[in-house]
Amino acid sequence: MTPLLEVRGIDKSFGPVQVLHDVSFSAYAGEVTALVGDNGAGKSTLVKCIGGTYPIDSGEMLFEGKPVQVNGPRDAAALGIEIVYQDLALCDNLDIVQNMFLGRERRRGIMLDEAAMEEQAQETLTGLSVRTVKSIRQQVSSLSGGQRQTVAIAKAVLWNSKVVILDEPTAALGVAQTAQVLELVRTLADKGLAVVLISHNMNDVFAVSDRIAALYLGRMAAQVRTADVTHAQVVELITSGRSGDLGITQ
Amino acid sequence: MNKVKEHPGDTVAAERKSPSIGVSVRAYAERVRGGDMGALPAVLGLIVLCTVFSIARPAFLTPINFANLFTQGAAITVIAMGLVFVLLVGEIDLSAGFASGVCAAVLAVTLTNLGLPWYVCVLAAILTGVVIGIVLGVLVAKVGIPSFVVTLAAFLAFQGLVLVLVREGTNISIRDDVIVAIATRNLPPWLGWVLFAACVAAYAGIQLFRARKRAARGLTADAMSLIVARVGALAVIGGLAVWVLNLERSRNPVLTSLTGVPIVVPIILVLLVFWTFVLHRTAYGRHIYAVGGNPEAARRAGIPVDRIKVSVFVICSSMAAVGGIMAASRAASVDPNTGGSSVLLYAVGAAVIGGTSLFGGKGRVLDAVMGGAVVAVIENGMGLMGYGASVKYLVTGSVLLLAAGVDAIARKRASAAGLR
Repeated sequence: MTPLLEVRGIDKSFGPVQVLHDVSFSAYAGEVTALVGDNGAGKSTLVKCIGGTYPIDSGEMLFEGKPVQVNGPRDAAALGIEIVYQDLALCDNLDIVQNMFLGRERRRGIMLDEAAMEEQAQETLTGLSVRTVKSIRQQVSSLSGGQRQTVAIAKAVLWNSKVVILDEPTAALGVAQTAQVLELVRTLADKGLAVVLISHNMNDVFAVSDRIAALYLGRMAAQVRTADVTHAQVVELITSGRSGDLGITQ
Repeated sequence: MNKVKEHPGDTVAAERKSPSIGVSVRAYAERVRGGDMGALPAVLGLIVLCTVFSIARPAFLTPINFANLFTQGAAITVIAMGLVFVLLVGEIDLSAGFASGVCAAVLAVTLTNLGLPWYVCVLAAILTGVVIGIVLGVLVAKVGIPSFVVTLAAFLAFQGLVLVLVREGTNISIRDDVIVAIATRNLPPWLGWVLFAACVAAYAGIQLFRARKRAARGLTADAMSLIVARVGALAVIGGLAVWVLNLERSRNPVLTSLTGVPIVVPIILVLLVFWTFVLHRTAYGRHIYAVGGNPEAARRAGIPVDRIKVSVFVICSSMAAVGGIMAASRAASVDPNTGGSSVLLYAVGAAVIGGTSLFGGKGRVLDAVMGGAVVAVIENGMGLMGYGASVKYLVTGSVLLLAAGVDAIARKRASAAGLR
């Protein structure tokens, strides 16, 4: 099976500090790939390289098996790669529909086509089996953390994206809300999207992921199927870069 | 109206009932309790002030004074409309008052000293406003100087500019009929009624059309009862105003008849409708709200935050120019004080009293009109009570502070209620 998104041999330095060393990473359609690693392991940098925020120093990126050049966030969006950042990038003073279409409003002439936007937003939320919001004309300021995360994810899905990268989506959520968001993450993969989930939480990772990619000090320690490893092995990969015959060999 | 498509198992669809008057009133009460008061302080203020002034000075409640309110408040209301845009993106323009003075001076110089036709002069004045807006906007958005400092500097500089334009304090009088007519003449009574009928019909038509279209697509639409109530309220208030304004208000009707709706009223209505359309029905307006609500989110959504900021300063300064033209028309002259003294404070006060937040992201153009009415009533009533400049300044300052206080407390309550 060809990965939907694949990066090979990526190096990235900020001045004298090399943050990514020869990192390879794949995400498959219909699967949740968890990207784990300790603070400073390079998770966010890798994601920002994929999303076009940072240019890569060397290495190549393949999308649907074909080599692609991503020179900015717009290129990534055009390919169908959407990133949902930790700080949610929603406007509190706008409602759900307005936020979901922010910057990409549907128009009719010079006027906004509110009815079409409302319909499409509704469709997307229904398609994701979101049942927790009372009205999609609610201001985002009145939503709970989980609901906000839901809106941010739905916003990413609205554009027929193929790869959705979630940066710590459950970091600030309670137990029930975490379950909600994880369910949504699973739904996305079941709909055929390639989902990349950055997380610190091993329970979340084992609850929803199909594959786990562990970064250790800027190197890819291992990319394995979730079913093939144990909780303890993943923790070892994160903390020491190796576990038994898995991981970086020196 | 109640044709609602049912999606089984979809809780959002279950909520898609046409909100009736009762539901809407309850939702509004909930918003007010949560700190989102909108124009409520302005409406309450208007009622209280009007009652107090009518009791203290019966002259307040005469048709001639009612007409005066409009011409007195027009310039400040228009400047406040422009300020709403700057406040929406979370900036401030302290120079709007003297910007209106500079533009009025440009009008006076081109009209009286150079003798150009009135439309060229109006254009020159508004263009001056556009240029001022671009300069302020670029300094704030591109260079990155806080708007408070930029516009405070401009506040001083523009005072100097007005002095230069009117040659160190001379008074330039304006004799052009068209310009003077703007703030001093009235529409013929029949035209007032025609305009009123057209406004009510257009409002009712738009409301019905929108509700019909949304209902046809299976979206929440306003209930018929709510639309009837809104249109009815507009018809009653507007009809009453036109009726009073069409009463004879000349002291000596045999010599000169003085009736009709002041010309500034339709001008303000057109500006109100136009800018409301821009704010609520165009992507540009949506982006203004987004920049005020969360600039980082707006930037990530691909909205050119800097350009939006420059554009709102342009809108503000050009609206200040329109306000300056109105002020010049009313005084039939321009002097170094045009747009000075309390104009800016009144205008900021008008926007904030009407419910526009000083913190950005919340406000409507209608706020400027509601707040402008409050400010006009205060100024007018205090004049009738015979208070001097000292008391007027004290009251102006207090009212602005009060409005800003209400805004800040409302924001606090809103964050406590989880509404912001």
